[in-house]
Amino acid sequence: MKAPLVRTLYFISALILVITGFGQMPIYKRYYISSLPGLDWLADFYITHWLHYLSAAVFMGLLIYTLVIFIFAYRRTKKPSISGIIRGFILMGLMVTGILLVINNLPGSFFSQASIIFLDLAHMALAVVFLVAGLVAIIQKSPWIVERFDR
Amino acid sequence: MTMPKNISRRSFLKGGLAAAGTLAATSLPAKASQSAKEPLATLIDISKCIGCEECVLACSEVNHHKYPDPVKPFPKMVPKKVPVVDWSNKQDVTDRLTPYNWLFIQYAEVEHQDETYELTIPRRCMHCNNPPCVKLCPFGAADQLDNGIARIDADICLGGAKCKSVCPWKIPERQTGVGIYLDLLPTFAGNGVMYKCDRCYDRLEQGEVPACIEECPEDVQTIGPRKDIIAQAHQLADEIGGYIYGEKENGGTNTIYVSPVPFEKINQAIEKGKGKPHMKPVADTMADANNLAAAMIIAPIAGLAAAAGKIYKMTRKDQS
Repeated sequence: MKAPLVRTLYFISALILVITGFGQMPIYKRYYISSLPGLDWLADFYITHWLHYLSAAVFMGLLIYTLVIFIFAYRRTKKPSISGIIRGFILMGLMVTGILLVINNLPGSFFSQASIIFLDLAHMALAVVFLVAGLVAIIQKSPWIVERFDR
Repeated sequence: MTMPKNISRRSFLKGGLAAAGTLAATSLPAKASQSAKEPLATLIDISKCIGCEECVLACSEVNHHKYPDPVKPFPKMVPKKVPVVDWSNKQDVTDRLTPYNWLFIQYAEVEHQDETYELTIPRRCMHCNNPPCVKLCPFGAADQLDNGIARIDADICLGGAKCKSVCPWKIPERQTGVGIYLDLLPTFAGNGVMYKCDRCYDRLEQGEVPACIEECPEDVQTIGPRKDIIAQAHQLADEIGGYIYGEKENGGTNTIYVSPVPFEKINQAIEKGKGKPHMKPVADTMADANNLAAAMIIAPIAGLAAAAGKIYKMTRKDQS
């Protein structure tokens, strides 16, 4: 699947998601990262929150696009690798917890405190696990999809 | 158990009659207690307030057991210049919000329609309808109760102060050296606990009204279902030719002020700054992101449409 635009957008949106996602914790100001020239916006929670939503929308659009293309055009010749399956499930968890947190932020949503704590921690933990899984995939040169030899 | 130091002074001031009056007023109005699942709002009639600070004292007495008891010396912080906040030696400060003072009186002298008004205004958390402190806390340390109270859980809060950053009025106040962060990585993460008015959630659970309402000798505050309080506020504003604050601010709050003078003038007259919130108009802080939430529904559909277009092109190419 050669799609340089999709690939570029995927990396850009994922990078913004990671940066703004960690920015939901008050760490950039505490560690004076936002004091560096041009990075003051990292300490503005409303900017990072808005950017997180925007990049999440782009990211989800790309995922659906890629998934549909894979199913219709490449399913017979290629299959997801083990790494791809693991990362796919992590992404699914990230999306489900993320969407529920978006719903929680709407006016009139009254999730219980226990649910919010679970969603916050699960979303954060899944993001870290996804980064680790991505790093392992880069080191081991594991692609998302591999040739299907059982045809 | 020690008796709070304010008891004797208050008892002396108010005497037995006041105590009897208090007993009669300790329970929520029937309508308010019946609709516990409905957001409760408070109406603050500024024209009635005489600035006696009985509400401030009552708040302190009733919530004394929730105040921080920090461990000293504070843990070393990395980087070293990370500021710590210590109010434990200034617990008697009542002219601003602190971790030990969740309600204070603001003063304003305002000229309006050829009259001079000397106003005293009880200030505390507004308890927003969609509170950013609750919704944006990254650890779920804040909670919005069914009755509209926005509450910070001192057992979970790490003191990062995000709630204060996102609060349009910068209400929560930090105390370093207390809370769960001490048991985690105090040098690298967390900085205490954030404190603010919890509108006496525990008293409301018992069917009682918040202490500031109960102890007010002038009946400045009224509590009840939000829609009733809004109606009451409009009726009062119409009667006195007054103005309303809190109904629309930040998308709506559960604290509705009614004043005989415009809030722009009050905002100009009050002392503002750290621990002293403004009274400016406030747009809905959560609206931008929540409007973008619609894009999250559109994006997957757009992805699906783009994929369908691409597949159509690929099929046409294969056929030709």
